[in-house]
Amino acid sequence: MSKASIHLTNKIESFFEEIGELSYFASRFFKELFSRPFEIKELLRQCYNMGNRSLLLVGVTGFILGLVFTLQSRPTLMQFGAESWMPNMVSISIVREIGPVIISLICAGKIGSGMGAELGSMRVTEQIDAMEVSGTNPFKYLVVTRILAATLMLPLLIVFGDAVALLGSAIVENLKGEVSFLLYFNQVAKALSYSDIIPATIKSIFFGFAIGVVGTYKGYNCKKGTVGVGEASNAAVVYTSMLLFIIDFIAVFIADIFFEV
Amino acid sequence: MDISKNTLPVLKIENLKKSFGDNHVLNGFSLELYKGENLVIMGKSGSGKSVMVKCLMGLMQHDSGTIEIMGNKISQLSQNELNSLRTQVGFLFQGSALYDSMTVRENLEFPLRTHPERLQQKEVLVEEALENVGLKHTVDLMPDELSGGMKRRVALARAIILKPKIIIYDEPTTGLDPITSKEIIQLMSDIQQKYGTSSLIITHDIDCARVIANRIILLIDGINYVEGDFVQLSKSIDKKIQAFFK
Ligand SMILES: Nc1ncnc2c1ncn2[C@@H]1O[C@H](COP(=O)(O)OP(=O)(O)OP(=O)(O)O)[C@@H](O)[C@H]1O
Ligand SMILES: [Mg+2]
Repeated sequence: MSKASIHLTNKIESFFEEIGELSYFASRFFKELFSRPFEIKELLRQCYNMGNRSLLLVGVTGFILGLVFTLQSRPTLMQFGAESWMPNMVSISIVREIGPVIISLICAGKIGSGMGAELGSMRVTEQIDAMEVSGTNPFKYLVVTRILAATLMLPLLIVFGDAVALLGSAIVENLKGEVSFLLYFNQVAKALSYSDIIPATIKSIFFGFAIGVVGTYKGYNCKKGTVGVGEASNAAVVYTSMLLFIIDFIAVFIADIFFEV
Repeated sequence: MDISKNTLPVLKIENLKKSFGDNHVLNGFSLELYKGENLVIMGKSGSGKSVMVKCLMGLMQHDSGTIEIMGNKISQLSQNELNSLRTQVGFLFQGSALYDSMTVRENLEFPLRTHPERLQQKEVLVEEALENVGLKHTVDLMPDELSGGMKRRVALARAIILKPKIIIYDEPTTGLDPITSKEIIQLMSDIQQKYGTSSLIITHDIDCARVIANRIILLIDGINYVEGDFVQLSKSIDKKIQAFFK
């Protein structure tokens, strides 16, 4: 075999190895999730930290997203004389797709890389070993709480981000199209149905889980040295982002079957 | 110090082997640690000292050999049994390994989490442990506000907070200046006197070995190459042994 093909097979092999290890890691999460002790205090602390640290970022991103999206779609809709459809179009595309995906990507950068770096440096400086010898299960204390916190917090952050995005959009409509806020949000409420909200929420739970699992997996299994920490945090973002799109694709596929319009 | 070898060892390693791929780090290492004893393990950097203690604490799986802590073979213990055994062994990590998102107080309280009965008197225990290392005033500081020597001492306080019967020190003086090293060594022997612990000390600091060792084992080529007290070993004519005592 040529050098290049050996290199390629090695790459593919290690890719599947990685998938296997990641699945094992995720299954260990479920196993340890339901066994005592439940680290409730640490879980709440993680939830608070994640929410608190990402709130501003998600808010700003959401706001700009709604603003820009509306500004750019206006001319096209106006050509068809369909400006009155603006709230419908914006709310459906944001709640169904753009909101969850963009906000999850932002959180993959913020939360996922944070987990990779934090757990990575704890691994490298032997803090995880120190926990283990002091009789605390580090997987439960560090990993389970973080994955769970991300799974719980991401849907909330997405709801918040969606709301701010719609607010941004309403402001544009209010200034440019002289649509009152009341009218705008009335129309949004009419436009959105359960078949928009339920799949989006389920999807965002999976997004949160993916961010948590990949971030903690990369950090927890970090290689020695400071280079390892950088790699862990970087890989957490890259792999999570890719995984988010894959989950999104699957989710849209399934939602299409169940919520056929 | 009188160490009676008639009693059972508190810690026993027999024929320990561990490899990473082709890198055969330990090739049948053995040791016995007796009650009240200070046993020093010396070896070059990369000779497998840290690997040996990690196997000992169950942080790393060994390939073969047996490890007994206070009469319990660790490979036969369940996770819970292992955890409760571990709390009888204090461990000072090479790089201190303080939790850097927690204050000194929270660091010291962490090992108490799994001991509800001692959690009630945690204030007293934290104070006592910090007093032992002379750092009572640092209780509300974060680890990154401490110097290297102070970190080492806080880590030592954390290692002794549950009053363990055995303490394992992984290079307690590495990276410290000679004066701070002396202080740490002094602390180690104070603690040993006060609580009657048995200590396993990993080091390549010859001064540390001279002061504290009752017995020295040299880890060379993955085995316990030679064993004896400081004076005996320093008179040896074997080149490999001499290298340590120059
Ligand atoms: N997790 C690991 N994976 C692969 N090899 C390892 C691992 N840990 C240690 N090694 C190898 O084992 C050997 C011994 O390492 P160890 O850390 O025990 O050395 P040491 O005697 O403690 O040295 P030092 O005095 O520098 O701390 C080294 O060759 C190292 O490369
Ligand atoms: Mg070492």
